[in-house]
Amino acid sequence: MQIEQLEILDFLRLHPPCSELPEEALRRVAAATDVRYFKAGTQILAFGQAAEFWHIVRSGAVEIFRRSGTLYNQLTEGGHFGEFGLLRNKRVRFPAKALEDTLLYLVPEAVFTELFETVEQFAEWVEVEDRSRLRQVVSRHEGASPLMTATVANLVGRPTVVLDAGASATEAARHMCEHGVSSLLLTRAATPADERPKVVGIVTDRDLRSRLLASGRPGSTPVSEIMSGNLISVQHNQLVFEAMLSMLRHHVQHLPVMRGGQPVGVITQSDIIHYESRNSLFVVGNILRQTSVDDLAAMLPDVRACFTRMVAEDANSRMIGSAMSVIGRSFKQRLLELAEAELGPPPVGYCLLALGSMARQEQTIVTDQDNALILADDFDPRLHDAYFERLARFVCDGLARCGYEYCKGGVMATNRQWRRPLRQWEACFSEWIERPTPQSLLDSNIFFDLDSVAGTGEWAATLREHVAGKAKGNAQFLACMARNALLRTAPLGFFKEFVVESDGQHTKGINIKRRGTAPLADLIRVHALAVGSTARNSFDRLNDVIDAGILPQGRGPDLHDALEFIAMVRIRHQAADLAAGREADNSIEPEALSDFERRSLRDAFQILANAQKFLKYRYQPGRAG
Amino acid sequence: MLHLGLIAGERSDDRGPREVIDWPTKFDILGSQARHPGLAAFYGAGVVSPDTPLTEVPMVAIDLETTGLDPECDEIVSIAALPLDLQRIRASETRQWIVKPRAELNEQSITLHGITHAQVTDAPDLLALVDDLLRVFARHVVVVHCREVERAFLRCAFRQRIGEPIEFPMIDTMAIEAGITRRRKPGLLARLRGQRPPSLRLADCRARYGLPRYRPHQATSDALACAELLQAQVAQHLAAETPVGALWW
Repeated sequence: MQIEQLEILDFLRLHPPCSELPEEALRRVAAATDVRYFKAGTQILAFGQAAEFWHIVRSGAVEIFRRSGTLYNQLTEGGHFGEFGLLRNKRVRFPAKALEDTLLYLVPEAVFTELFETVEQFAEWVEVEDRSRLRQVVSRHEGASPLMTATVANLVGRPTVVLDAGASATEAARHMCEHGVSSLLLTRAATPADERPKVVGIVTDRDLRSRLLASGRPGSTPVSEIMSGNLISVQHNQLVFEAMLSMLRHHVQHLPVMRGGQPVGVITQSDIIHYESRNSLFVVGNILRQTSVDDLAAMLPDVRACFTRMVAEDANSRMIGSAMSVIGRSFKQRLLELAEAELGPPPVGYCLLALGSMARQEQTIVTDQDNALILADDFDPRLHDAYFERLARFVCDGLARCGYEYCKGGVMATNRQWRRPLRQWEACFSEWIERPTPQSLLDSNIFFDLDSVAGTGEWAATLREHVAGKAKGNAQFLACMARNALLRTAPLGFFKEFVVESDGQHTKGINIKRRGTAPLADLIRVHALAVGSTARNSFDRLNDVIDAGILPQGRGPDLHDALEFIAMVRIRHQAADLAAGREADNSIEPEALSDFERRSLRDAFQILANAQKFLKYRYQPGRAG
Repeated sequence: MLHLGLIAGERSDDRGPREVIDWPTKFDILGSQARHPGLAAFYGAGVVSPDTPLTEVPMVAIDLETTGLDPECDEIVSIAALPLDLQRIRASETRQWIVKPRAELNEQSITLHGITHAQVTDAPDLLALVDDLLRVFARHVVVVHCREVERAFLRCAFRQRIGEPIEFPMIDTMAIEAGITRRRKPGLLARLRGQRPPSLRLADCRARYGLPRYRPHQATSDALACAELLQAQVAQHLAAETPVGALWW
């Protein structure tokens, strides 16, 4: 009797993609698998040798290289390799070496190919094109979002408070006081030992008032006589919207939430109002209504709640980025109004600029303030600057209190250097663009993302046009910008609890902004400047760049997917920090990432690295645009 | 397979250089004496010469599960075998035979190797499997962990069924491990401090090579575990060109 090895079967069952296989296919793979041990440091696969097996790491660790000898990936238990060669010309494409003493499972080519052709999830998983895999991930997420609207279960904050319907009205009132609730579910057990007594009614503050006190009945009245027996309830998976309609239709303020016939909580009208108040529109409306910096600073919890709510509702990075940017703008606008109320009207016209992520509408919850002032050309420093200095101080100090940290690089309107008349701004941009040095552009990078927040908005548009006109076709400037855009690179991937750098070194964690979203935004900005785009948002810029046809086929959508995925990892990570009561930040610890996130992040990093190579090639100094 | 009695003490024949056993000649003689046709064919198929480099030797890792530890009165209930060489362990060609013992299956061994009365009752007697077994073993060098027990049980079982014993070369991963650990044996001082020589149990040997923990006392898993251990030992401590004669018994 020929049999499968149980150890192999059990291992495959636990690790994707084999874990996704139907039982019968899984057993077939297990029965066909062979084994080999490799000592640390020995070559497992050499480039060009016949590809006979699909390899799965049973124990130990393996390094995968490119043909050029640079590191491509590091794999541990459950990792797999060799699919590339099997799917192409049956020759090994990526050489492999044992990083630790390693035991490998070898799945014969014929078995692998059959799975690839017959099991769709398997093929999707091992599909070697990193970029198309990320496309699936991002589009699956995009497809899911409209369906994932909030359910009432999100509103249930505390466990249900229940009392036996045989109690008196006084006992019920006392029970409600003890638990600090405005309603009580009343139950009646079918038998004394009944574990799941039936809910027979609800009594609320209002019932105690109108049906007991106002009617002059004694506290000994059975609560069952003043309760509402005809229970209106909602199911835990109904939409918040439906719960609201139900309250309006039945004129009730309390709705028991049921799951499997049992109450899981009670939601009230105020729960719904509170929930809706975390909608970004409400938050913005509230910001604009506040009358002091103290009141504005007190909005911070609402802003955070709005952010976590959008993440929970599966909004995409663009929706969240614009909502948070609009909120940031509203703070600035309201602070300016408060400042003008205190300081009097401005002596000359001005425009407050948002720079960096706010201008790109890509803000998250962790952000510092980057701003500047454009002043009217009749601005006279001796006469007017004291006013604008105080105005800027008011706004920047106010922003700091509202959760927007001071810019460490000093790019704030409080800095005299960044309060100038329009004409000087134009001259300043001309200088940066016409006489570029890597250092001057490094310092001024942030000014190439600018948007007006308040005041004379056309001036910001004028500056953008000015920049777009000068930058396009200026090879030396673009080369300098491109060079700077290559300074920050993505890591290679993840290995156990470490981040793997492209030289194989291991580090503890990464700053996902510095190593992911920022270099992507930098890269997209260079292309956008090269094609004369005046768009601010990275996705909009990317669309302009794609339309201009300067990227190789398919690379634009890849960049879109990479940016979306990395941005969402960053955003989800910050939302998780907030939910856990931690200070949100940009650093990601590999152990906090799921296998799926690790894999997709690696794909996204790969796209970034390839795009940087293309950028370097395209904007070489001296190369004609 | 369990081999408690042999684990603690060292075996005299593992010490130092020894004379290489000339298995091809032994096979010629045994072949000419064998009466059972299957056994005669087995010897007639021959065996590699002792100077064959290990990397060219076809091997088969085996494990026996038995009703107890005494080959004279306990019986084999399960045999697993899988072919291997230094390049690949052919787990996909794993074979397992469940055997009906002539003695009673006791409760303790049932819990150990998970073979039930029902399975055994439906199983054939080893006699019916002799030819099949011999075909799997033929031209292969057998690899085991603790050769004494496996050898004694097979000899005994064959003698009882076909009236003559079976002999063949064996590579013993336990003996290899004993040789390796003896080279790194703690000095007198360490021994006086109470340091004990390292354990030679299969799972403990495997752990030293970073090999995963498998469920013990399951013939197919144990045979696989033993095959992996041999590849690891060769990769770490022996040259792939080592003549097989230096390792077989």
